[in-house]
Amino acid sequence: MNRTASQAEAAPSDLEALLDGRLPDARGRFGPWGGRYVPETLVPALDRLQEGIAQHLHSAEFQGCLGAELRDWVGRPTGLTFAPRLSAAWGAELWLKREDLAHTGAHKINNALGQAMLAKMLGAKRIVAETGAGQHGVASAAACARIGLPCVVYMGEIDCERQALNVDRMRRLGAEVVPVTSGDRTLRAAIDEALRDWVSDPEGTYYLLGSVVGPHPYPYLVRELQAVIGREARAQVIERAGGLPDMVVACVGGGSNAIGLFHGFLGDPSVEIIGVEAGGHGTALGENAATISFGRPGVLHGTYSLLLSDDDGQVYETDSVSAGLDYPGVGPEHAFLATIGRVRYEYADDTESLAALDECCELEGILPALETAHAFAGARRWARANPGKRILLGLSGRGDKDMPTLARFPKQRAAQ
Amino acid sequence: MIPHERISAAIRAAGEDGRTALVAFMTAGYPDKALFRTTLAELAGAADVVEVGVPFTDPMADGLTIQRASQGAIAQGVTLSWILDEIAAMDPPPAAPVVLMSYLNPLLAMGYERLAARAIDSGVAGFIVPDLPLDESGPLDAALAARGLALIHLVSPVTPPERVAAAAQASRGFLYAVNVTGITGGKKAADGDLKAYLGRVVAASPVPVCAGFGIRSAAQVADLGQVVPGVIVGSALVEALEQGISPAAFLATLA
Repeated sequence: MNRTASQAEAAPSDLEALLDGRLPDARGRFGPWGGRYVPETLVPALDRLQEGIAQHLHSAEFQGCLGAELRDWVGRPTGLTFAPRLSAAWGAELWLKREDLAHTGAHKINNALGQAMLAKMLGAKRIVAETGAGQHGVASAAACARIGLPCVVYMGEIDCERQALNVDRMRRLGAEVVPVTSGDRTLRAAIDEALRDWVSDPEGTYYLLGSVVGPHPYPYLVRELQAVIGREARAQVIERAGGLPDMVVACVGGGSNAIGLFHGFLGDPSVEIIGVEAGGHGTALGENAATISFGRPGVLHGTYSLLLSDDDGQVYETDSVSAGLDYPGVGPEHAFLATIGRVRYEYADDTESLAALDECCELEGILPALETAHAFAGARRWARANPGKRILLGLSGRGDKDMPTLARFPKQRAAQ
Repeated sequence: MIPHERISAAIRAAGEDGRTALVAFMTAGYPDKALFRTTLAELAGAADVVEVGVPFTDPMADGLTIQRASQGAIAQGVTLSWILDEIAAMDPPPAAPVVLMSYLNPLLAMGYERLAARAIDSGVAGFIVPDLPLDESGPLDAALAARGLALIHLVSPVTPPERVAAAAQASRGFLYAVNVTGITGGKKAADGDLKAYLGRVVAASPVPVCAGFGIRSAAQVADLGQVVPGVIVGSALVEALEQGISPAAFLATLA
């Protein structure tokens, strides 16, 4: 199947189906994308999870408990910050949705806490998770500590090195961190390993997946847990700025913070939405992690989506300065939103993102995560082309964890 | 004979000889790409069915041995297209029916129609796709069924009875009963529960059932052979090939 054929299968009217809750459909499809491509051993576990979600996720009891924990332990609602100096520098009005202020330092905690609570309710005895940059691992470890379940986190050996601080954090939070030495030794190999662990004990183990990827119902579940970002942001920006933004932007690796933010605005036709992928250091296969920009349809980790793979179907190693975006796939709902044209996806390369990070530090006193720096780079470009407009940027996480990586790069001055 | 019938006939023929059928797994082009045809010919002479693994970068249902074999083969440039060309070029063709074991993405990349046509041209009789559960198998199944090729479904000890029945009805060639709840090459499988489970699978299946994952010894083959007509030997055989042991000699130790 080529990309053109897949695109023909989804029509713009499918946005209505997504907005009124008919997507994903019963088979976990967003148009042609999504589904469930897993070993037979995992099918009953996914069925149980799907039933558990249907029964509990939107129940008053679960939402009441989750809401209280999000308020008291996570610190929600997170703030909305006006960025006056970046606004002046860019000639636009920039607002930041501050997921970096959530407990453990990124949006990941919304999902980790929600899934851990659901897992406990469904009778899981242990949690396995994977992590790239370490933020999902830290969030999972913290959530498991909070609710009292043992947690094993798989992390690629390369990521363990470049995110050593987070490895230590996870261990102190009581998680067992298993460095993965197989495959590409990054996030993708960690997912492979977590899936293998889960295949070995699908009844007692709960796989706490960290993004809107993987087999159905995970892309749906994670989106529902992250949609709190967009709900809060929409209400806050209307109240504080006096109206909707002209453009909403977030970085996209697997795409969970982006989908959470975007969902608040998909039904507002006046709002332009942009996802920014990791452009790495080049446009050739293997030099970036910009899946929607350079990928083709394929199946990886249980879902049919866009994928950085070659003519023979082998999945390519990706490259990005940001460990959290360094993944060759993307959530199927993003593939869908790209297909129907509701969200535009572009990419920012390592250099541009590092410059944007330094500019945000100097002008706003905020050190964003390297992942988020890609969103700043994309927003900056858009602001230059759209002077005077209002931008809402998903500040997905804080950059403290990236200090060892940043130490390798001299401080940048953004090109004026 | 229609390709998928060659597979089930080969398994039944072993039973008529009073033997448990052996399905022998090798990763294509591993350990040595240059020896692929030689190894396949030898295995096809010693086993009843040969399962040729198409290497994939992310083999989520496989353990360390087959992962290592996949990586080794990819590093030598082994692709699905190369494998089909190599099998097509064998003279004489392999004595036993050959099925390809592949994760879905390489098959998707080739396109199902082209894949089925090339499989027929190469003499490949069918496919095992570990990340393609029954519910998602329609499009590939349609392309393969139109040409009489097998799509061999898998069931596991946690598969509910109604899904076992559905997979058995849909499977052509044989039905693959995974012995363990886990990945290939892991814990050994042999206890009373296992035989009870395999017995239920056999009772539900119109096609022969072959049991796989964790089979390493003649004792296991004999034990499982009381319940199922065939067994699949994978990781243990790959390890033997890595050690330079002749595949026929290794298979002889299991009989």
